[in-house]
Amino acid sequence: MIWDREHECMDRESLERLQLSRLQQLIKRVYHRVPHYRQALDDRDIKPEDIKSLDDLKHLPFTGKEDLRRNYPYGLFAAPMAEVVRVHASSGTTGKPTVVGYTQRDIATWAELIARIVSQAGVTNADVAQVCFSYGLFTGAFGLHYGLERVGATVVPASAGNTAKQIMLMQDFGTTALISPPSYALYLAEAAREEGIDPRELKLKVGLFGGEPWTENMGHQIESLWGIKATDNYGLSEVIGPGVSGECLEGAGLHISEDHFLVEVIDPETEEPLPYGEKGELVFTTLTKEAFPVLRYRTRDLAILNPEKCACGRTSARMCKVMGRTDDMLIIRGVNVFPSQIESVLMSIRGIAPHYLLIVDTRGPLTQLEVQVEPDPSVFTGSFRDLEALEDSVRRRLQSVLSISARVKLVEPKTLERTAGKAQRIQSAK
Amino acid sequence: MKVKQISVFLENKSGRLAEVTQILGSNKINIRALSIADTTDFGILRLIVNDPDAAYSALREAGFMVSVTEVLAVEVPDSPGGLAGVLATLGSQSINIEYLYAFVTKASADALVIFRVEDCDRAIEVLQANRINVLDEAEVYAL
Repeated sequence: MIWDREHECMDRESLERLQLSRLQQLIKRVYHRVPHYRQALDDRDIKPEDIKSLDDLKHLPFTGKEDLRRNYPYGLFAAPMAEVVRVHASSGTTGKPTVVGYTQRDIATWAELIARIVSQAGVTNADVAQVCFSYGLFTGAFGLHYGLERVGATVVPASAGNTAKQIMLMQDFGTTALISPPSYALYLAEAAREEGIDPRELKLKVGLFGGEPWTENMGHQIESLWGIKATDNYGLSEVIGPGVSGECLEGAGLHISEDHFLVEVIDPETEEPLPYGEKGELVFTTLTKEAFPVLRYRTRDLAILNPEKCACGRTSARMCKVMGRTDDMLIIRGVNVFPSQIESVLMSIRGIAPHYLLIVDTRGPLTQLEVQVEPDPSVFTGSFRDLEALEDSVRRRLQSVLSISARVKLVEPKTLERTAGKAQRIQSAK
Repeated sequence: MKVKQISVFLENKSGRLAEVTQILGSNKINIRALSIADTTDFGILRLIVNDPDAAYSALREAGFMVSVTEVLAVEVPDSPGGLAGVLATLGSQSINIEYLYAFVTKASADALVIFRVEDCDRAIEVLQANRINVLDEAEVYAL
């Protein structure tokens, strides 16, 4: 079903007209309300009235994660705090999270965008949707929650974790739609089987998976384990959260809500926009957000755009599944993890050398992160208890900063790679 | 009375123990007793050698994480109930044992057990008051 036929199936010409008028308003808004953007526009000698066509987008300044960090927590908000009704945050690169805000209208917009994605995946008011994202600062759970309610689905806010209970809820409540990170869907299926439950016997018929990149193969695996249709959706808190784009049942790319987000693909090196069909970094400009608009936000996600009309009838441009990252960010069980965060934790712990190796193990259903560290020889007492206490304190500190549990492994001194430049600090488990 | 034990941190990967023994061998250091305790990731090798200071420097120089710990070498009757008696004595005085390991010496009719306790001095007092022989440092190295 198409939730908002008027906007999702708009002809390109009308869409571009709408985009331009919204872009002009956006520039006006951020120029007058956000000192950071005013400065960035002044530096380029751009005044709001200079925006005459969508083509002018390419002259506008980029926004990056570092701009959010510099303006922590509310510096980039374009609405007075009295109008901000919600904040969310994602993990930052150096321990401080990046904070985003929503006005009442932003929350309503968000629910509309999710309603589109949910409808694209075939979910209706006849469905029981179990949300297995963690309800909290991350955008995943709340974002999907309100959109599912908007279409009238029965929402089961199960939140993350407690797998046995998740399976029980699925059985007892007759869950038909699973909303989770894709890796968790694999894990749940395995756990159900261990309990002697055949996942295919449950009522589940569709999954909306997001929060982390996944391959077509993983999708096929989930589909055959559960006997469902697996759909991908994409978003990031800096842009709005989930709801930026999502797959329809054609499975031929993720429809971007272009009436709300201007999308570009750029060459991450030269920063020049690339034509449709070429692989590059996704860059989004929000067109309608009030509290936290962004200009040309560099996502670091790599993808390809396709502007062709889809067989489903929607005219919005589609992005392919995210093909990788331009930085070293890891996504572990739906949570963004930057090696620099791990570094700052390790630096603050006595008895640990500032060298580390991250091993990302995707062989099991749930991605595991192992952090290898070298104890400082001067603290070695020969006691097991002391080493285990050290391991434990590293684990707990990482958990509190990263919000995920990592396995900590102590290795012999001077065995981890040391180089003058950027060390190869991330490996995949084999 | 207190004996120097060498503790070496070892990652659980092949060849590391061989390397330690090789270094000791080429430095003419003789191993008197050893024990390994391990988790899935790492182990601690504990050694009693004839020259602990030389062993410490040689291993350290080779890049190993090494430390010296004081332990007791206690003579235990080599007969049923021998160790039980010694443990009961320590237990009755609430002396906690972190770990222990044993080796049978060629020189004596008794067994020799290495004890790592929280409070070495009190343990020595208690053992000696109960006529249990705690070996002298030099005696152990010369075994």
